[in-house]
Amino acid sequence: MTLSGWALILLFIALTAALAKPMGLWLFALYEGRATPFHRLLGPVERGFYRLAGIDPTEEQSWRRYALHLLLFNLALLLFTYAILRLQGVLPGNPQGFGAVGADGAFNTAVSFTTNTNWQWYGGEATLSNLSQMLGLTIQNFLSAATGIAVAFALFRGFARREAKTIGNFWADITRITLYLLLPICVVFAIFLIASGVPQTFTGSVDATTLEGARQTIALGPVASQEAIKMLGTNGGGFFNANSAHPFENPTALTNLVQMLSIFSIGVGLSWCFGKAVGDTRQGWAILAAMGVLFAAGVSIAYWQEAAGNPVLHQLGVAGGNMEGKEVRFGIAASALFAAITTAASCGAVNAMHDSFTALGGLVPLFNIQLGEVVVGGVGAGIYGFLLFAILAVFVAGLMVGRTPEYVGKKIEAREVKLAVLAIAVLPLVILGFTALASVLPQGLAGPLNKGPHGFAEILYGFSSAAGNNGSAFAGLSAGTPFYNGLLGAAMWLGRYFVIVPVLAIAGSLAAKRHVPASSGSFPTTGGLWIGLLVGIVLILGGLTFLPSLALGPIADHLAMVRGQLF
Amino acid sequence: MTAPTSMFSAALVVPAMRDAVAKLNPRDLARNPVMFVTATVAALLTLLLALGEPGLSTGFQLQLVLWLWLTVLFGTFAEALAEGRGRAQAASLRATKAELRAKLMLGVGDTYELVPASQLEKGEIVLVETDDLIPADGEVIEGVASVNEAAITGESAPVIREAGGDRSAVTAGTRVISDRIKVRVTAEPGQGFLDRMIALVEGAERRKTPNEIALTILLVGLTIIFLIAVATIPSFASYAGGAIPVALLAALLITLIPTTIAALLSAIGIAGMDRLVRFNVLAKSGRAVEAAGDVDVLLLDKTGTITIGDRQASEFRALAGVEVDTLAEAALLASLADETPEGRSIVALARERYAIRVEALPAGSDVVPFSAQTRLSGVTVAGVTIHKGAVDSVLKAHPQDESAPTVQELRRMTDEIGRSGGTPLAVIKDGRLLGAIHLKDVVKAGVRERFAELRKMGIRTVMITGDNPLTAAAIAAEAGVDDFLAEATPEDKLALIRREQGEGRLVAMCGDGTNDAPALAQADVGVAMNTGTQAAREAGNMVDLDSDPTKLIEVVGLGKQLLMTRGALTTFSVANDVAKYFAIIPAIFVALYPGLGVLNIMGLATPQSAILSAIIFNALIIPCLVPLALQGVRYRPMPAGPLLARNLSIYGLGGLVAPFAGIKLIDLAVSTLHLA
Repeated sequence: MTLSGWALILLFIALTAALAKPMGLWLFALYEGRATPFHRLLGPVERGFYRLAGIDPTEEQSWRRYALHLLLFNLALLLFTYAILRLQGVLPGNPQGFGAVGADGAFNTAVSFTTNTNWQWYGGEATLSNLSQMLGLTIQNFLSAATGIAVAFALFRGFARREAKTIGNFWADITRITLYLLLPICVVFAIFLIASGVPQTFTGSVDATTLEGARQTIALGPVASQEAIKMLGTNGGGFFNANSAHPFENPTALTNLVQMLSIFSIGVGLSWCFGKAVGDTRQGWAILAAMGVLFAAGVSIAYWQEAAGNPVLHQLGVAGGNMEGKEVRFGIAASALFAAITTAASCGAVNAMHDSFTALGGLVPLFNIQLGEVVVGGVGAGIYGFLLFAILAVFVAGLMVGRTPEYVGKKIEAREVKLAVLAIAVLPLVILGFTALASVLPQGLAGPLNKGPHGFAEILYGFSSAAGNNGSAFAGLSAGTPFYNGLLGAAMWLGRYFVIVPVLAIAGSLAAKRHVPASSGSFPTTGGLWIGLLVGIVLILGGLTFLPSLALGPIADHLAMVRGQLF
Repeated sequence: MTAPTSMFSAALVVPAMRDAVAKLNPRDLARNPVMFVTATVAALLTLLLALGEPGLSTGFQLQLVLWLWLTVLFGTFAEALAEGRGRAQAASLRATKAELRAKLMLGVGDTYELVPASQLEKGEIVLVETDDLIPADGEVIEGVASVNEAAITGESAPVIREAGGDRSAVTAGTRVISDRIKVRVTAEPGQGFLDRMIALVEGAERRKTPNEIALTILLVGLTIIFLIAVATIPSFASYAGGAIPVALLAALLITLIPTTIAALLSAIGIAGMDRLVRFNVLAKSGRAVEAAGDVDVLLLDKTGTITIGDRQASEFRALAGVEVDTLAEAALLASLADETPEGRSIVALARERYAIRVEALPAGSDVVPFSAQTRLSGVTVAGVTIHKGAVDSVLKAHPQDESAPTVQELRRMTDEIGRSGGTPLAVIKDGRLLGAIHLKDVVKAGVRERFAELRKMGIRTVMITGDNPLTAAAIAAEAGVDDFLAEATPEDKLALIRREQGEGRLVAMCGDGTNDAPALAQADVGVAMNTGTQAAREAGNMVDLDSDPTKLIEVVGLGKQLLMTRGALTTFSVANDVAKYFAIIPAIFVALYPGLGVLNIMGLATPQSAILSAIIFNALIIPCLVPLALQGVRYRPMPAGPLLARNLSIYGLGGLVAPFAGIKLIDLAVSTLHLA
């Protein structure tokens, strides 16, 4: 571990904290439906969309209607993407002349991008045409991110509204989020990336002759535009297989820092926005602080383990930290930090190979995902996931002050508890259930590259990443088979919508409730005690659920390494 | 009520053990999903034991099965014990009910027919005479009587019950000790107060409260999550090239699911209601008790709650031409035999301020006690009658010309006293009006501090009084309430409650009159005084048998204590899991990956003793926590922040640490005794 390594981590945390309020204010304007500086330019576009689709943006929707429209819209997007992938061979924008993507692969990818997972079983530059990348995937990158933020807005409204029947208008939410938040930032971000050396071109690939005289095909394409939304929208699906480790996706130390910040920017902004929406910004800061504690702990463990390196290699005379699978340009600290960020958020972009991390270093990204990616989390998904834990924390501990538990002015009762438990149980069910299936069936056992606990960790990571809508790969898992494409696709679908629907139901149930004014007898949901409680609940619930699987995976792997056995 | 019996007396424990076994009936168990899962697993393991599972010694398996069944039994025992405490009280009430006979009026003159009380229908009229037990709940429609309600309230001082007004309700099982009354039955057979009380103390009518339902859902959710976590282990183990015996997985599951809180949950609820009953407050539902914990605003009647109901004499005011000492002496004589606090305060005032030296009534004096009919009291000394009482009562007993200057002056004087918040009594000697005694409200000692405590807990107090705003403000300031409602009419009260509720607050109040009924019904917690009317008792969701309005504050405390106990034990139960994991995970996985032995941070002797110790701890913790569940966690009024810090450090951190020590100790015992 080096001083500059820790300095980078601290700098990142400080910059992220500084982003919370400005991003939060921006999001809050959209949450309230107020005008932003971009309305003058893009207002006609927004109104044009509504007219085209015959939508009245002021029409309020009940939670059921909101959820139904969201599901139908996402289903339509899924079919659209599936069609493009299947038809890419006959569609234009295919300079490399790639053929159609197979049925199971197209299903997997369509689900993957619709659910903001961006799990990629393929190498983008060798499988997808430019049209597929831009129309199929980049659009999804925007809309799946907007969908997540919209759900968060709906939940905020549930907390903020009093005796209301509605939680907003889904169409207005996603249109405004896309036009006034994602698009402007991405334009600036993409220009910055192009200036830093990221390609943005419609030419397919360039052939070059290397110094040794060998011929090399260098893939190019509209990379910068996809890269911007990939990070900002916590999508994570790279243009290239190597993702953010590729110099064309992530050319400099500065782009690396900006990419990391952009992953968290909307997530931290949403936490602040939550506080503002419920009329007490301290509520948002308390959540951010709890997330910060979990994040700092994770990144510290990962950095410590990676810097400590592999004792087996040390005995062989290879000194220093674990550099296997890392990009030399970034080094250990920036790789460990990136890994912690991308899994804490449901991004899934990577700048190093998680599979090559040390056992415990790799456990951090895995555990981050298994906690439900609530540490800042995916855009929207992080905050609504965290609020589910907050509901349970308030319910369990809130009784201890002798009142029916209430959170930011709303009583937490049977219905909310039921829905929160339902949403939280989806992740263990899908991750553990599907991993169990894959670890006994021959089709599943064919997947992992490594043996022993490390191979098990590869399967576990795959399903965790899919169900958590993360999309990062531990790698080492040959997932491009019909078995894995199908099962992982199902995991992504379940992990996304079986959480979103209960969350919207909670929003509806809360919105209908009266506001309970706070008093000195109310359960305090700001301050150190509450932050500690949140951290405790997240760790205990997440930890207890996944400890057996982690023990048989990364922990056994680590302990074997300590004893000199590698897998 | 009967005196509280010691929690673990043999009289309670032995029947509870019997009931604990009876409660193993699957239909009863199904009401508690977590315990149902535990019992199912225990049953399956019993079956497996009969079949024999390879890899585990029979002795070890036998012990596992035994401890699993004990876990279930400890749970049913806790519930049975909680119910048993109420049953003793129910038995004596039942005996009272069995002997009730009614004199059913036949509608012609005073003729009646003797029938068993259980046959009385609503609306029938019964006659109750001196020494009769009142056969059914009802309303006095004719006559006045003094009634001993000790059977219900434990208070032996008789109370007046009369037709009309706010003191017309009578309760089955209470005894008329003077006079005779006619009572119209107001309760359907089997629905009376006595029946409700029996059902309540027995816990028979218990339904899950909203909060209990929510908690049960959470516990079921945790059970499902842990079920998934455990059910997937065999596949994971097969990947690692091994197999885990079913009995060990079962042990892991049972230690992980929240058996502790699930086992104690219903006992906590029953005990909470029971505490209220012991406190002489009957809650008609568990929901009302929970609501009490949530109360934000307390509406308190001034008289009896904030000020001592008995006012204290503060001044004698003589009419023109009457020496004040004459008035003071007459007042003293009229009060010497009056043992009420008001009477004593008059004597004290006359002696201390006016230096009247009469130590005792002269021989041959004839005391006129206070009666419900005349509303006067006094004395006849040597043929001279002195009366004191409310102005109207005095003028009624000694008719005067309403336009006479003395009467007019007296009226003026008493109005003035009334306006200042006091109560006037008129004094008449030998037919001549002397003047008035000013009885003043005295704020009870210690209420100021109580209200300050309530404020700290975030509860606002509002004083309700019929006084004019000036007087009300003076008393409110003196008592330290947050707000007051002066010249309150029942409509005002109702409007105030609705306004507070409209702002999202929960309101508690107490009342006794028929005109309180709408407000009692509207309030989230309405405590009706047992001395009140039937309408009030029907409208409220609690009845205070002692008719002590101050108890509203304690009721709030009991409600909070109930919720706190539930939260504390849930937190404890969940926090326990961490240590159990550290005991069991290395024990069952060490065969697959020997390196996982380092997770055995407690240094437990063998994998088998680790598993056995965890399951024994999991079972034994239930009876260990029964006293806490039944008595409730310590409750002290304080703001939520410090309260949470306190409970979280005791039950959260304690729950995290205690099982590490407990499991280690059990493991030492288990390995010393070579049990595993």
